[in-house]
Amino acid sequence: MAERMQFEYNVDGGNFTRAGFASSEIKKILKKLNVDIGIVKRTVVATYEGEVNIVAHAYSGTIYVDIDTERIRINLKDEGPGIPDIDQAMEEGYSTASSQVREMGFGAGMGLPNMKKNADEMHITSEVDKGTEVEIVMFLNNKE
Amino acid sequence: MTVADVVKVLGLEVFSGADGLDRDVTGGYVSDLLSDVMGNADAGEIWITLQTHKNVMAIASLKDLAAVILVSGHEPDDNTAQQSDEENIPVLGTSKSAFEITGKLYELIK
Ligand SMILES: Nc1ncnc2c1ncn2[C@@H]1O[C@H](COP(=O)(O)OP(=O)(O)OP(=O)(O)O)[C@@H](O)[C@H]1O
Ligand SMILES: [Mg+2]
Repeated sequence: MAERMQFEYNVDGGNFTRAGFASSEIKKILKKLNVDIGIVKRTVVATYEGEVNIVAHAYSGTIYVDIDTERIRINLKDEGPGIPDIDQAMEEGYSTASSQVREMGFGAGMGLPNMKKNADEMHITSEVDKGTEVEIVMFLNNKE
Repeated sequence: MTVADVVKVLGLEVFSGADGLDRDVTGGYVSDLLSDVMGNADAGEIWITLQTHKNVMAIASLKDLAAVILVSGHEPDDNTAQQSDEENIPVLGTSKSAFEITGKLYELIK
């Protein structure tokens, strides 16, 4: 593969019809690059949960994908309400999703824990009333 | 076993994605919580749910699921059926409850 590839996707807050589009494009790219299927699967789970969190909880965002021979780095950055207590948000079952979002089957409070489980590294930074940035890193070459 | 075999034995309706009826079925997963399915379902499984909106297909496609069964007489939204046709992942239906159809599917593929 080329030494380094970068892509970005816009995500609209509130637009559930398009939720998963960016994750699906990223999956296609990783498969085309012949990335190990287990890594593709874990990346897809983590990316989708991050994408849906922008749709469900933020106003708008961008997903930045940066792939080189060592690792896949995905940065999900949004403008939104931010997360006041990140430790609490990371707890399984914690959710502030609206009743409308819950009716669709979102809002189990499993998204961030899913991301943590599937990513090799995950970093969250957030500022209340500004936005949230979640970075996930997947190591290629079986480096943990 | 293929999705077509499951359709035949369980008497399911095929709403959409008929080109995917030859997909192999490796198991099943039952949940109406989307991030539960995202985190715990495996490729090749049939997903049993009452959710009918388009995000169901986004997940079915991202997880390479074999098919989706909508329970209790639910029908897919138009854009759900459309994406099912595009991805060749069948959306199936039954008037039976999740409990009943899961029991039958389990007996069939265990
Ligand atoms: N990008 C974000 N902006 C603002 N708040 C967020 C963001 N991502 C997560 N949160 C907060 O963290 C909580 C937990 O997120 P998590 O993804 O684990 O669960 P959920 O999105 O509520 O439900 P699920 O992911 O199971 O559908 C959310 O309910 C929300 O309060
Ligand atoms: Mg979430």
